[in-house]
Order: sequence, then C-alpha cells, then structure tokens
Amino acid sequence: MSAVIHQEAPTALLRPARRRHRLVRAILRNPSFLIGLLILLAVIGVAACAGWLFPGDPQDMAGTPTLWPGEDPAFPLGTDSLGRDVASGLAYGARVSLLVGVSAAAIGLAIGTLIGAVSGYFGGWLDNALVRLTELFQTVPTFLLVIVIVAIGQPSAQVIALAIGLAAWPTVARLVRAQFRSLREAEFITAARSLGYGAPRIIFLEILPNAMAPIIVTASVMVANAILTEAGLSFLNMGDPNLVSWGSMIGDGRPLLRTAWFLTALPGGAIALTVLSLNLVGDGLNDVLNPRSGLA
Amino acid sequence: MMPPLLDVHDLAIGFPGQDVVHGISFHIDAGETLALVGESGCGKSITAFALMRLLPPAARILRGQVLFEGADLLSASPRQMRAVRGKRISLILQEPMTSLNPVLTVGAQIAEVIRQHETLSRSATSRRVLELLDLVGIPEPQRRAGEFPHNFSGGMRQRVMIAMAVACQPRLIIADEPTTALDVTIQAQVLDLLDSLRRQFGMAVLLITHDLGVVAQWADRAAVMYAGRIVEQASVRPFFRHPRHPYARGLLGAAVSEAGTAAEGGHYTTQRLTEIPGSVASAAGEPGCPFAPRCPDMIPACRAAPPGLETVADGWEVACIVATREEVRHVAAVG
Repeated sequence: MSAVIHQEAPTALLRPARRRHRLVRAILRNPSFLIGLLILLAVIGVAACAGWLFPGDPQDMAGTPTLWPGEDPAFPLGTDSLGRDVASGLAYGARVSLLVGVSAAAIGLAIGTLIGAVSGYFGGWLDNALVRLTELFQTVPTFLLVIVIVAIGQPSAQVIALAIGLAAWPTVARLVRAQFRSLREAEFITAARSLGYGAPRIIFLEILPNAMAPIIVTASVMVANAILTEAGLSFLNMGDPNLVSWGSMIGDGRPLLRTAWFLTALPGGAIALTVLSLNLVGDGLNDVLNPRSGLA
Repeated sequence: MMPPLLDVHDLAIGFPGQDVVHGISFHIDAGETLALVGESGCGKSITAFALMRLLPPAARILRGQVLFEGADLLSASPRQMRAVRGKRISLILQEPMTSLNPVLTVGAQIAEVIRQHETLSRSATSRRVLELLDLVGIPEPQRRAGEFPHNFSGGMRQRVMIAMAVACQPRLIIADEPTTALDVTIQAQVLDLLDSLRRQFGMAVLLITHDLGVVAQWADRAAVMYAGRIVEQASVRPFFRHPRHPYARGLLGAAVSEAGTAAEGGHYTTQRLTEIPGSVASAAGEPGCPFAPRCPDMIPACRAAPPGLETVADGWEVACIVATREEVRHVAAVG
C-alpha cells in the first residue's frame, strides 16, 4: 500500500465522538425522562446504601410492634406487627426488587434477542419452529408460568429471576425478529455479505447495533414488569423466605390493613414509584433513540 | 497465453417460473475492465450477484460454470465462498447512501473488512484504514474515520465503499452501476478513482452499467446484454466505431452525440434521437432471437431459434444471423 503513512493512529479515532454529545443534550431536553431517571437513581442509591443506613438484619424484631411512622424517632417509618423496622425493610427490599428485576430482564433479553435474531435472520423452517415456540410460551399466562417454575424449583432469588426471565422472553423475541426481518434485506447487509462476513458476524456486529434502540426501550419496561411479578410472588408467600421484599411486606401488612394501613401503603408506594420511574425512563429513551421522533 | 482471471461459461439463472439469464459466457483477463452493458431488467445485476453467489433466496443458478483463478465458484463451499468475497472478489453496490451500516463509524467498517480477511495488529489495522481513506481521496482521514456514514456525501460514501472493496487488494472488483446514484461530475471522479486503483493494484473490473458514455471512457471491452443473453462482445474502440448487432447499433444511435449533430449544423438538443421501437417485454415467449420483434433487419430465419455467439473478428463475437452473414460477405468481398 502506498500513499501517506500515518505514524500515530490511535484506535480511539475509529470510535464515535460527536454523537454522544448530541445524545446527552436530547436527554436533558426531556423532562419526564429526567424525573424518571432521578427517581430511579434515588431508589438505586437507597438499595446500595441499605447496609450502611441500616446495619442490622431487616428481619430482626427491633422495636415495639406496630409503631406508627413518627411515633418513635428510632423508627422513622414505624414497625410492623412483629416489630421489624419498616424503613430498613424498604431499603433492603429495594435491593431485592432491583436485583431480581434487572437479572430477570437480562435473562429475558438474552434469550429473546438470541431467538429473535436467529429466527429473523435465517427465516425458513427454523423461523417457523421458533415462532411456534414463542407463541407456545405466550399462550401461558406469564404469572402462572412463573409460579409453576418457582414451585418446581426453590423460592430463592435466583430461581425467581430465572423464572421471570423465562416467562418474559417472547415479547423481546417477537420485537427482535421483526427488526431483523426488515434489516436483513437492507443494502448494507448485502454489502456485508459481499465482503465475506459470516452469519454470526452479520447478526451481532451489523444488524444488532441497528436494532438496539427498541430493545433498550423494551428492557426498561421489562425490568418494571419483573419487579411487579416478583412483588406479586412475594405477596403470595412464594418469594424467597430469607429476604425482605416489597411484595412480602405488603403481604405481611395485609391483615392489619384497617388499623395500620401504612404497612401496605409504604411498600406499595415504593413499588409504584420504581415502576413509574422505569416506565418514564423507557418512554424517554424511546423519544431519544427513535430516529422518527426527530430529537436524536 | 494466460488463462483468464474469470471465465463464465453458459451461466443460466432463473426465478421460479421464469428464467432471467439464458446461458451467458464471457471472460475477464487479469487487470482489464469489462463493461456489461444493457437496459434495466436485462439480467446484468443478477449476473453480478450470481458470480458472488449472493442471489436472492428465490433465484437459482440453473447451469453453468464460473471459473475464478481456475476454481469453480458455483461448486465452492459456503466457507470457501466467504474467503473469496471481499478478499479475492469485491462488490461495489449501486446505492452508496444505503450500502454502509448507519450505526458504525466509517473507520470501524473498513477495519472490519481487514480484520475479517487478514491478521493484523490493532494499530496496523487502523494505520491501514487511514491509508485507505487517504488513497480514495478522503481529506483529513484521521478525523473522517471516526465519523458516521450520515456525515458523508454520496460521492464520499462511494469512495468509502471503494476503500472497503480494495482493502484486501482483490483480483477482481465487480462494480454494479457504481455511479448511477451520483451526480455526473462526481461520477467521473469516482470512476477515475476506480480506474487508477485498478492500475495501481493490477485488479480486473467488471463494470456493470447502462451508460454508454461510461463504457466508452473507462472500459477495455464491452459485453452487451439483451433479455438475459449477451448479444455482442468486443473491444471498446472497434465496437463504438462499428457495432454489429442491430440492438447495439440501436443503443448507440439512441445516445446523444454532439459530434454528429454539430456537423449537420444543428444544436444537439434540437434534433430527435433515433429510438428502438417496442419494449424489452416483447422478448418474453419469443422462440427465436429475443430482439427479433424490434429488429429492423429481421429475416424469417431469426424467428426459428435464438442465435448463438459467433466470432466475427479477433475477440469480437456477435449473436445475430444477419450480422454474421454480412460479415462473411464483407470478408469475402475484401478478400
């Protein structure tokens, strides 16, 4: 090769530079996204600092039972019927909810993306078989499927995350499949094939980055749904018995709903706020990442 | 004499229920530019895709041989084919606006080609990327490498496509109407670039086009296709001076030529161009020569069977009964 030889050629040059900047500005211009992000960061912050804020075990019977919030300065959000600190439970519950939510969404995303990509890219009988499988999973109600899987395994946080992920992937698979079906006909995919790239390379390095925007948006909604499902399981006493979760707190507070309604209202509010924040973030990402919205 | 770089023999391609290419044969020698000329739908592009084995799923190669450097590409395994694509044969597509991946930087896309076919260190790869960008005439390659395709104009994108095509110094470049989507001024720059790279690297080019001006300026030889058949194949100079096949004569007659009309004292836009009567659709279901329904020289024998390519002079082949007979008479008269 002739021409000019460039001595220093930092590989960083080959990476995007300006686009980041524009993305950040588009995000800042979107107030609902910002609010969602702030709430979510606060929840994450509380979950991360739970061990430091409340050094004891949240399951400990720390004080007098059913103290109302504000009644005792040691328990700002009161205690439940067994004298457990509600504030501490909320903080540790945030941990469980976020962990289960994120890992379940990650499992669902991984399975769904893989199946959707293979099915959409290759088409033919493989596509047919995978679509049937997806539909099979979709005919079973998500919550029932999760209960069955948890009942078969043990009610540990890992099994619950896996169960929710296994029940949630069909949505992603359908979305990714549709993306791949339209993108595989694109000219630049023909160009990629004419350069000798193999199928895995085209799927993961050429098409997937183009399909990322809707996947990211779906991911945030999936986390919210997984948190709700986990809360539902815990409410039905099918959650991990060794962990405090928002759902189990609501379940424990249910018998005292008339006398100490704050026992259900506080964790319920936490769930609602977290799910709302994730949905706001998802909507905001949709606006920012969707090229048709004209912002990005 | 060296065997040709690419030797296509009796290649036929069909879609379900319809054949689009009826057994065409041509060859390309190392380092030369062959132009495949014809109107839309005559099978030029599908031929290019067939050579790369990148036909759309419905299309089938019915018969034939594609010998590239002595090996038949039609019987090569998918793995062998992937090693040929991009490394030994490159394809440049028609539409530069959509042929680059919109979410990857231009530099990353060129680097990917090199990484696919060669083992080079990261820094050597990115040095090579910058060299390539410089080579295809992109100013400030350092800065431009980190930009996305939407920051580039059509002509610049086609230069990037060319950089990707020549990244591994292939022996053959198939350019499928590389300049159709570009302005005429940019078109000349891009084709000049392709031509200079061809000389520099000793590559052969299969230039697919419907533009006779492009053929005259940049090709060594031309093969004229009509309705899925090659009807005339010749070196460019003698071909333009005296095309033999009536279709080729019609094409040249329909082209705007300033010299001819200026001699008659008229401005070239004031004169009506000659046209070929009828449409290419009339070739469907024609048992004989596909051009017979539109041909001014048609004789009854033309309707009998499609004429094969016959050599009328050194390196000059025509598929026309009338033209071949005239040639014989001509030679006899001269001799």
